[in-house]
Amino acid sequence: MLLIKCPWCGERAETEFSYGGEAGITRPRDPDALSDAEWADYLFNRTNPRGAHEELWNHAHGCRRWFGAERDTVSYVIARTYKLGS
Amino acid sequence: MQINRLSQGGRIDRSKPLGFRFNGKRYQGFAGDTLASALLANGVLLVSRSFKLHRPRGIVAAGSDEPNAIVQVGSGASTIPNLRATEVELYDGLKARSTKGWPGLRFDIAALNDRFSPLLGAGFYYKTFMRPKAFWKHYERFIRASAGFGAAPQRTDPDRYEHCNAHCDVLVAGAGPAGLMAALVAARSGARVIVADEQNEFGGALLSASATIDGQPAPDWVATVVAELSGYEDVTVLPRSTVFGYHDHNFLTLAERCTDHIGERVQGVRQRLWRVRAKQVVLAQGAFERPLVFCNNDRPGVMTASAVSTYIRRYAVCPGKRAVVFTNNDSAYETALDLRASGATVIVIDSRSGGAGALGAAVRKEGITVLAAHVVTDVTGRRKVAGVRVAQWSGDVTARVENTIRIDCDLLAVSGGWSPAVHLHSHSGGKNVWEESLHCFVPGETAQACVSAGSGNGKWALDACLRDGRDAGAAVASRCGFEAAEVPLPSASDTAVNEMQPLWRVPAVKDPDRCPKQFVDYQNDTSVADIRLAVREGYRNVEHVKRYTALGFGTDQGKLGNINGMAILAECLDEDIKDVGTTTFRPAYTPVTFGVGAGENVGELLDPVRKTAIHEWHEQHGAPFEVVGQWHRPWYFPRGDEDLHAAVARECLATRNSVGIMDASTLGKIDAQGPDVVEFLERIYTHNVGKMKVGRCAYGIMLGEDGMVMDDGVMARLAENRFYLTTTTGGAAPVLAWLETWLQTEWPELEVYLTSLTETYSTIAVAGPNSRRVLQNAGCSIDLERESFPFMSVRSANLAGIPVQLFRVSFSGELAFEVNIDSRYAEQMWRLLMQAGQEFDITPYGTETMHVLRAEKGFVIVGQDTDGSVTPVDLGMNWMLSKDKDYLGKRSLARKDCLREDRKQLVGLLSEDGKTVLPEGTQLVDDTGAPIPVPMCGHVTSSYFSACLGHPIALALVAGGRARRDETTFAAMQDGTRVPVRIVSSVFYDAKGERQNV
Repeated sequence: MLLIKCPWCGERAETEFSYGGEAGITRPRDPDALSDAEWADYLFNRTNPRGAHEELWNHAHGCRRWFGAERDTVSYVIARTYKLGS
Repeated sequence: MQINRLSQGGRIDRSKPLGFRFNGKRYQGFAGDTLASALLANGVLLVSRSFKLHRPRGIVAAGSDEPNAIVQVGSGASTIPNLRATEVELYDGLKARSTKGWPGLRFDIAALNDRFSPLLGAGFYYKTFMRPKAFWKHYERFIRASAGFGAAPQRTDPDRYEHCNAHCDVLVAGAGPAGLMAALVAARSGARVIVADEQNEFGGALLSASATIDGQPAPDWVATVVAELSGYEDVTVLPRSTVFGYHDHNFLTLAERCTDHIGERVQGVRQRLWRVRAKQVVLAQGAFERPLVFCNNDRPGVMTASAVSTYIRRYAVCPGKRAVVFTNNDSAYETALDLRASGATVIVIDSRSGGAGALGAAVRKEGITVLAAHVVTDVTGRRKVAGVRVAQWSGDVTARVENTIRIDCDLLAVSGGWSPAVHLHSHSGGKNVWEESLHCFVPGETAQACVSAGSGNGKWALDACLRDGRDAGAAVASRCGFEAAEVPLPSASDTAVNEMQPLWRVPAVKDPDRCPKQFVDYQNDTSVADIRLAVREGYRNVEHVKRYTALGFGTDQGKLGNINGMAILAECLDEDIKDVGTTTFRPAYTPVTFGVGAGENVGELLDPVRKTAIHEWHEQHGAPFEVVGQWHRPWYFPRGDEDLHAAVARECLATRNSVGIMDASTLGKIDAQGPDVVEFLERIYTHNVGKMKVGRCAYGIMLGEDGMVMDDGVMARLAENRFYLTTTTGGAAPVLAWLETWLQTEWPELEVYLTSLTETYSTIAVAGPNSRRVLQNAGCSIDLERESFPFMSVRSANLAGIPVQLFRVSFSGELAFEVNIDSRYAEQMWRLLMQAGQEFDITPYGTETMHVLRAEKGFVIVGQDTDGSVTPVDLGMNWMLSKDKDYLGKRSLARKDCLREDRKQLVGLLSEDGKTVLPEGTQLVDDTGAPIPVPMCGHVTSSYFSACLGHPIALALVAGGRARRDETTFAAMQDGTRVPVRIVSSVFYDAKGERQNV
């Protein structure tokens, strides 16, 4: 069970959090301007790297805040967590 | 009669005799015994039948690696199956039975399997029982009965189990010489330490060792260290506690057996799960002695040498009178000395031409014969060892050998060398590496903050173990930020040893595929021939061979047989052992009870129950409850001996004809406010939120970005920048989270505040033509007539003197009001409304009637009529979709797949016979004569008998359904019949919607 450092609440057990997938997926400003393939790329395709992964976590059973984390998908080591926009 | 009990020595208390039963027969042991040691003391050799071949089996080991003595302990609801007799502490009155063997151990019918064993080789399951396919159901009954181990209790476990969380600087797993030294150093350095060991006493191998430490017997040194550790406030000493899992981020799980050694149904917590987050971990679990692989090496009376020593020295039980010790290394010479000291005759067979080092001389001094460069090739005797056949051997594994000697004996102690218990290191993500000089896998690179020490780290000699433990303790203490205490190394005698000789399988006089079985894994009856067969059939990967031959499965998880198996596989493949590798060890290290896994999370503590503020009234009025998520909602309110159908029919008619009242408090409620709330909701909902006037309500739907309907509900604009949103019961938490997600991650520039009001407010729906008069009777502060309070609007009011928010919305299609009220006053308001409605025979109704009424109107329930693959267009809700703005999911609705004409669309269905209520989920087919698999054109999502209409109605999703109005299709019933159904509009009642608008 991972030990995750919420930027607001500190280190807490994984069971308090929910996972939000890859970070940095920006919603297109003008979806109508996109082709079906481009829209599908935004919707479904993720990088799924082996190694360092920027991702979103939510302290769902705590402060309910979303934050960013850099987690290694092989070792599960969380290099850092940070408030969004920082 | 404890015929094998020694008159002195051991860590048993001869003044405390304990009676116990095994397979119904009475025996006696002593306090300090395990079930295994007590059975051996009584001369009970045959303890089980093997898994597949039902061969007679005896006790092999003395710890958690025991593969054969698998017993069921206790009786009734508190029984535990599949315990290792070697780990069961004896108590007075203990009842145990072997989990295999029918009708009895001595005569087991299925032992015929052994005679037909050529049919039961590796993969027999797949080969023998797959054809003809139809026969599987006959085979299965036989296989299920003859396979498997103990019996699960039939009734609920009455005992208490608990979970507890702990944090520490250093967790030490295993309290043998290395673990104790590590714990001692860490404790003296000031670290917060937890030290756990699976046995009842700390000390590990020292409890049965002949060695001295600092000039005193090893067990005395253990007692001194344990006393010191127990004295530290910050040290937690946990005997009978197995560290069974090493998970991510130094999170470890321990199972503590609190009362199992005392008896059954003892007061207090029976077992405890420790969930430990440790800064540093010392893994000191020790090593397992490997058996040797030769013909009939599974006969009762063949034991590992260290187990024999443990029984002699720790339990004062000598399991035989005439012993043969067969070894490829020095450690078993200690056993020869122990046997000799117990009065047994001993002959040592050593595969090495040079024999042992210092211990060899000691053995010879005792007059024990040592046959060097010899091997045991076969065992005689069936239910117990009668003798061994011995051959001279040059050291070449491929050489054919000839038996030259036969030795009569009743005990065969074997040692094939040692394998470090690398399991926890492996759980933690660490690699294991083959250490050529030691002929075993040792812990390699670590993946987490841990250190392995002692024999678990490939250190065999006692002084090396103590030093390794001390160094590990110092390392972890300083990594935790403490100054490591200087602890002098205790002096321990070290004896010069000769190198072991790798001997993975003993050559037989015949071809390995034709000779009597040479067992590698006792518990799974995996033999050398099985591994060879797997390789011949093309299996090369160790994980595949494991699954094909069952090598390494079961309660012991290959603790005994795995390494021999890997090495034999390597030989077959002509590869190096290091290249073949091991299978992956996973938690649990030893079996863990379901009880300890569940802890307190059973019965009513399994899941919280959410009750509305009016719950007690519903209970008092006899309502059965429907479980919706965690909520318990009244299902219907039977009068007299009405059943569901009668009650629902009455409730529906009462609501349509006069007035009904329902507790709708479980609906999700969210207060949304802030300067940007309109912009925010525009992006979430599909309709034009900005066009809503203050005081008005609107039905809203929200889509996922994939365009599929996610949730729906009525929203009200309470003020210019304040909305009251409702969600489905199940959607309350997910919708709030969804809205927060967009606000926090994508649109942080929008200033909007969301607050859940689901439990703050209760909702009472009053529906039916007389609903307005009920509210008027109750005393309402505002005009309720249509002109001033039209359909789909909201007002603040005082109702019966209590402030409420009144919504003129309808989920029944009737004139209706929803009273939103502070939950503290909800039950009082409910009673007042019941009173005010008395003259109209106001009728409480539950979720079932609500469902029927809404289905008659064709109102969908998200999650019942939709399933995550349904767009608003599929539901015929095009009118809800704004063309003037973007909203979540909008772009997806223009994807090619969402524009298909033949998508499943919401329609109504009428059974043509006018009486069949279709089961929900029924598939629809157009062509009743089509061959299997029959193409399906849709399925029923909602189905009820409508009392108002006098016939059944159903909602369904049908491919291209809207264009198929009045066509007939067929419902495929479970009994194989096909019921013709007509496709109609999804609105069955008051199609123009006039009744709600009066």
